[in-house]
Amino acid sequence: MSINVYVPCDSSAIALGADRVAAAISEYAQQNSLDIQIIRNGSRGLYWLESLVEVATDAGRVAYGPVQPEDVASLFAANFLQGGDHPLALGLTEEIPYLKKQQRLTFARVGITNPISLADYIAHDGYKGLNNALSLAPSDIVKHVTDSGLRGRGGAAFPTGIKWNTVLNTPSEQKYIVCNADEGDSGTFSDRMIMEGDPFVLIEGMTIAGLAVGATQGYIYLRVEYPHAHKALNSAINAAYEAGYLGDNVLNSGKAFHLEVRLGAGAYVCGEETSLMESLEGKRGLVRFKPPLPAIKGLFGQPTVINNVISLASVPIILAKGGEYYRDFGMGRSRGTLPLQLAGNLKQPGLVELAFGGSLRELLYDFGGGSATGRPIKAVQVGGPLGAYLPESQFDTPLDYEAFAALWAVLGHGGVVAFDDTVDMAEMAKYSMEFCAIESCGKCTPCRIGSTRGYEVLDEITQGHDLEKNIPLLRSLCDTLLSGSLCALGGMTPYPVLSALNHFPTDFGVNNKANAA
Amino acid sequence: MLETSTMLATVQQVISNNQDKPGALLPILHGIQDALGYIPDDSVPVIAKALALSRAEVHGVISFYHYFRTTPPGKHKIQLCRAESCQAMGSKALETHLKNKLGIDFHETTADGQYSLDAVYCLGMCACSPAVQIDNDIHGRVSKESLEQLLSNLEPAA
Repeated sequence: MSINVYVPCDSSAIALGADRVAAAISEYAQQNSLDIQIIRNGSRGLYWLESLVEVATDAGRVAYGPVQPEDVASLFAANFLQGGDHPLALGLTEEIPYLKKQQRLTFARVGITNPISLADYIAHDGYKGLNNALSLAPSDIVKHVTDSGLRGRGGAAFPTGIKWNTVLNTPSEQKYIVCNADEGDSGTFSDRMIMEGDPFVLIEGMTIAGLAVGATQGYIYLRVEYPHAHKALNSAINAAYEAGYLGDNVLNSGKAFHLEVRLGAGAYVCGEETSLMESLEGKRGLVRFKPPLPAIKGLFGQPTVINNVISLASVPIILAKGGEYYRDFGMGRSRGTLPLQLAGNLKQPGLVELAFGGSLRELLYDFGGGSATGRPIKAVQVGGPLGAYLPESQFDTPLDYEAFAALWAVLGHGGVVAFDDTVDMAEMAKYSMEFCAIESCGKCTPCRIGSTRGYEVLDEITQGHDLEKNIPLLRSLCDTLLSGSLCALGGMTPYPVLSALNHFPTDFGVNNKANAA
Repeated sequence: MLETSTMLATVQQVISNNQDKPGALLPILHGIQDALGYIPDDSVPVIAKALALSRAEVHGVISFYHYFRTTPPGKHKIQLCRAESCQAMGSKALETHLKNKLGIDFHETTADGQYSLDAVYCLGMCACSPAVQIDNDIHGRVSKESLEQLLSNLEPAA
């Protein structure tokens, strides 16, 4: 029988050479008439070990990494097909502490299965949630989601069940399920990993959402920067149609659900839900006024559930195991798990799915292993480019939506970007304003003009000009952005800017907080 | 530059494949850029007519999205991530190096038409920063040396 060898098809693994590693393994095996089968799995999320090659042995899957194409001959020489010892040997994959310490619910299958194999998905508990949902009334499906305590994982943390309930109770001929897969936040890649590593879980989650609220059409709005995810989603959608999991008669239930992927075009603001819907309608991605809520008047003016990838991908396990199972993870009002993404200057960057309640310090040091450069970690930006920078004194904050909000910070989509002590926080603040100016949709004045003026003021500040005038001016401008912007882009750009100023005043040329205020 | 008739035939084909979809404009623009490498100005009136939009509306959509381009790209497209995670791992040094080496700024193409340089804001490679995409291949943990190697591997001017 052939031996299964796993080499990830995840795009970050490919960016680190996984395709060349797979080719080298295949070539060596052919030349030496070895009977192996290479399976391209998703990534386990241990990116400092990519390309992580695994071999199925009697004892379980054994890992080797980080593997480069030039290591392949020595792996064969060390008899890695039987789990032989080698300098890159990591032992049983499941026993690697980084992985073992996690609570993987949403990511249960990622890295284990062949992402585009429906049979593999079903063999690993896939479509159990949909099967349960098909035997439930729509309001009972919604109740499971409400009971689970799931809150929007895109960043806003709005209770998913309440959103679904509004759509369920808004009568209409046509309703839509829209998946926000415009994962533009720097430091985040969990959506990408799901779409590349387990696309069926997203398809299943959207199908359940469709049954729950009575929607027959779904769209995945995917950012164009994710071509590998695009390919994986389309393969999985085709397989789901062929097997009757999508179409006019889902699993002979008499209910229809159709699904299509649409590509964005490089506009960060289209991750904002109303801008995204404008874009799906074929327009400029201008943010809409709310109300009306998308749940009542959304895509093409119809009631629309719009959720992030991780929110929707968490639905199948909730329906498979019940809302209470999911709710029993977490703390306070933050229930379940959050897939955190460790990025930037860390020794061990990767995907860490944990129940809410752990601390940032645990993430940065126990999982992340400290900075990659070996220097002290000076600041951490949590929650994407609109999230606050946290100094070392705040690293013990529990990972909980409310605990972060109390510090005037955001947990957001769970992205964690670490910087060592060489970073100039005034430059980072200037970059935040520049980014806002580049990505502003232009509809509201505070964001459109304020970001450009903010960049100019910070440019003056970084040159040390007129600080006693320019620092208060920057604060006043941030106040206008915070209070007067239409959406989170303008409304939250002050988070990174002011947190940088408040926690690191000396980088702005002022001595202490009192002078900065 | 393309022969106008060839270009228009391609545009027409993309339009007829997509125009019945709800919200067809973005799929059409993607289709044209995939086929031609950019969205020629001459295609705008054709698209507008097919979708019963004004030319201004079509132009407005093209200009809103960073990804759509109205001029042909260089033979090789280089995209450098400028976002925070890559900055934390030294992307600024790569930016300076690329700009000096190619003699162009972001969103420009070298005079010989060989290279286009673009800034992107996150390729989702934040766990292997800094990241650079060259044509269709993304590269992680890029150093100045490995970037040099990647560029020298590109085929020389045709």
